[in-house]
Amino acid sequence: MASGRTVAEPRGGRGRAAEVARGLAAYGLIVRMWVRSTLAYRTSFVMMTVGNFAANGLDFVAIMLMFSQIESLGGFTLPEVAFLYGTSGIALGLADLLLGSIEGLGRRIRDGTLDTLLLRPVPVFAQIAADRFALRRAGRITQALLVLGWALPRIEVDWTVGRVLMVPMMAVCGTAIFAAVFTAGAAFQFWAQDAAEVQNSFTYGGNALLQYPPTVFAKELVRGVTYLVPLAFVNWLPALRLLGHPDPLGLPGWVDFLGPVVAALMCTGAGLAWRLGLRGYRSTGS
Amino acid sequence: MSGAAAAERLIEVDGVEKVFSVRRKAGRLRRVRQEVRAVDGISFRVPRGEMVGYIGPNGAGKSTTIKMLTGILVPSGGRLRIAGIDPARERTRLARRIGVVFGQRTTLWWDLPLKDSYELVRRMYRVPDSTYRANLERCVDLLDLGPLLTVPVRQLSLGQRMRGDIAAALLHDPEVLYLDEPTIGLDVVSKAKVREFLREVNTERGTTVLLTTHDLTDIEQLCRRVMVIDHGRLVYDGGLDGLRAAGDGERTLVVDLARELPPIDGVPGARTVRVDGPRQWLAFPASQSAAPLVAAVAARYPLVDLSVREPDIETLIAELYAGGGTRWDVAEDGGKTGDAL
Amino acid sequence: MVYAAVAAGSFRRYATYRIATVAGVFTNTVFGFIVAYTYIALWDERPHLGGYGQAQALTFVWTAQALLATAALMGGGGLDELQERIRTGDIAVDLYRPADLQLWWLAADLGRAGLQLLGRGVAPMAVGALVFPLALPGDALTWGCFLLSVLFGVLVSFALRYLVALASFWLLDGSGLALISGLACMFFTGMVLPLRVFPGGLGEVVQLLPWAAILQVPADVLMGVRSGDGLVRGLVFQAGWAGALLALGRLVQSAATRKVVVHGG
Repeated sequence: MASGRTVAEPRGGRGRAAEVARGLAAYGLIVRMWVRSTLAYRTSFVMMTVGNFAANGLDFVAIMLMFSQIESLGGFTLPEVAFLYGTSGIALGLADLLLGSIEGLGRRIRDGTLDTLLLRPVPVFAQIAADRFALRRAGRITQALLVLGWALPRIEVDWTVGRVLMVPMMAVCGTAIFAAVFTAGAAFQFWAQDAAEVQNSFTYGGNALLQYPPTVFAKELVRGVTYLVPLAFVNWLPALRLLGHPDPLGLPGWVDFLGPVVAALMCTGAGLAWRLGLRGYRSTGS
Repeated sequence: MSGAAAAERLIEVDGVEKVFSVRRKAGRLRRVRQEVRAVDGISFRVPRGEMVGYIGPNGAGKSTTIKMLTGILVPSGGRLRIAGIDPARERTRLARRIGVVFGQRTTLWWDLPLKDSYELVRRMYRVPDSTYRANLERCVDLLDLGPLLTVPVRQLSLGQRMRGDIAAALLHDPEVLYLDEPTIGLDVVSKAKVREFLREVNTERGTTVLLTTHDLTDIEQLCRRVMVIDHGRLVYDGGLDGLRAAGDGERTLVVDLARELPPIDGVPGARTVRVDGPRQWLAFPASQSAAPLVAAVAARYPLVDLSVREPDIETLIAELYAGGGTRWDVAEDGGKTGDAL
Repeated sequence: MVYAAVAAGSFRRYATYRIATVAGVFTNTVFGFIVAYTYIALWDERPHLGGYGQAQALTFVWTAQALLATAALMGGGGLDELQERIRTGDIAVDLYRPADLQLWWLAADLGRAGLQLLGRGVAPMAVGALVFPLALPGDALTWGCFLLSVLFGVLVSFALRYLVALASFWLLDGSGLALISGLACMFFTGMVLPLRVFPGGLGEVVQLLPWAAILQVPADVLMGVRSGDGLVRGLVFQAGWAGALLALGRLVQSAATRKVVVHGG
């Protein structure tokens, strides 16, 4: 009876790389399903996206209102601040879109529904990141793109090829850095399930910080955001170089290019934190 | 290891333990660290194709065992292998070969229609098209899922959701199926359907089934082997009949007399436990034959009709739980103890 | 009295969310710092922007963070439970109870607001006062008036949120309206930028809207920007809006009750 049963061995073998590939495939799968499901309710989706767009746009409205009264803030003009705003917003928006859902880990642990994810032949991280994929979060990205688009022709930059490439690099590294913060925040929830809000200080708080010039903030805060939680590498450091402003911390010039390195380190660290958290959960239950 | 030997030990549990460290309040302010041994050295083997019941009082360690078997929890000690795979180390590799149904929680996606959940399962488990379609058709047929496929899971009733969950667990032809309280909250008709389906899955597909339940009728109807766990230890492992015979079990002789009479007495080996009009209930040791008793009663009382009732499983188990397992012998080899089936 | 018990129960309930409260305080403090530095830079450029000195601007920031949870400045505040009950139809049970729906939820909201004023209000304000030069009053009378003003502000906030929740009786999906109302709240209370800094005509209009009563007025009372006559006018402004919106809430509530009774939910 059971003789002819073929066992489905995982495709691609059992190494770490194969695991990652499976995770990505599962992520894509789940995301596609949610997107289809969201688009089935077309009007609601449009409303929510517009709402998301508006909610995020408010921050820039505030900046515009401020600049209706002043000419420069911390030595930065409105287009320059808009540049910071746009680059930070795109990075956070993309990270939020791709894996913002992992904020819900604490809730899942309390519900007991995390166990359901452990039953599937797919990495837990991929499942949680893709869960309830919210296409409406693209509202934030769109709004930031518009602001950036407005700012780019207005900032006084001598555009070389290298300088032009810095902008997409900022987007990619910034997204990776914020993604690492989201992941670390989720890992923290393995330990304290009700503390989901703490990570908001770093993600949304970080974005609120980065949309203003670093010259506005106290040195200690800028140091903290450069050395402790390296959010400054999302847009501040490259932007300072691009816009020709001096670095308030007086760091050597090559530091501005460390974005990719910092992003890689942070992602590795966050990944480690996640693994530790999950291992701890499987040791102690909920 | 030869195929036959491996099949004998599809599920291998050797001295598995799970210890939790809990902080309890000791007095006003102090917190004391206490060790809770949720699972305290359990060993058993389940051969391929068997359907086993796994019962015990709440807090006995049933769910913890299932969680360890499925890879959700990592054991604190002992050895655990399913089809040779260690769930703690190779969770995803094992996940392909098992199916799980939790009675209390769904494994489906809450906001998506049932069909979409199944599609996701199909893709995730890489189920070949033909297998998927065949399995889905069978499940839909036997579990009456047809009209429910387009309904979002959150709108299903408990019984419907349970059937949906069971189908989802079987779409990928798992070798082992774990069911944690699958009939909880179901009405009688649904329960019967689910039992019928499980029986078929076990006999026709050869799927090994481990069933946790509080409904002992499930056990009676489905399982030849039953494991009883209490306080983290296995207190019984064997056949259902063995369970009945091994205890202080008493059987009941129910006699209908011609008219209401004072309680029957003076019948050796039996005592009257209840009287209701002309009907009386006599308890006697399960190991004893009922025939001499019947003869003795018929000789002295006007007997109209009678029946013999087997010991109530519930009472048996309750006695088991209450006794803390001290008067039971654990059947070591996981084979069938007691009478022939 | 029933409502006192409801308020006390709500207070106790929110007191159990210890970790969430601490996390909230942390977040409030972080955002407080960010906005504070921004305002310092802003007021460096224009030292008397909106009629505020820099110390007053900073006080506004920390008052906003301190009152964020209490006055539900970003929406929420427990009324999403009411919305859920309306959506599922459980509200029918509540409407047949002898207790008044609006007063019930008001009592619960006041209990919550009280706890969150203590739990999430004091700490950020204290941190702000330690690190930055704030314009806090020295006399108990001003503090007393401030607390009264906060209470009125919470009433207005509740009244608005209650109306939004009741809309679920007529709307299929109340989340869109909730989102808009949350945005409006953030913007028109002055959380995003103090209302006095809004330029020209917009600034004047915005200060007449009910949201101005939730944060702007209490903050101005605290900082002494509203004193004497101004203080009284501010309190009257708040009480006026509170009364009007609560009355409107009662009207809508009876319409909703009739709807439920007639149509059976």
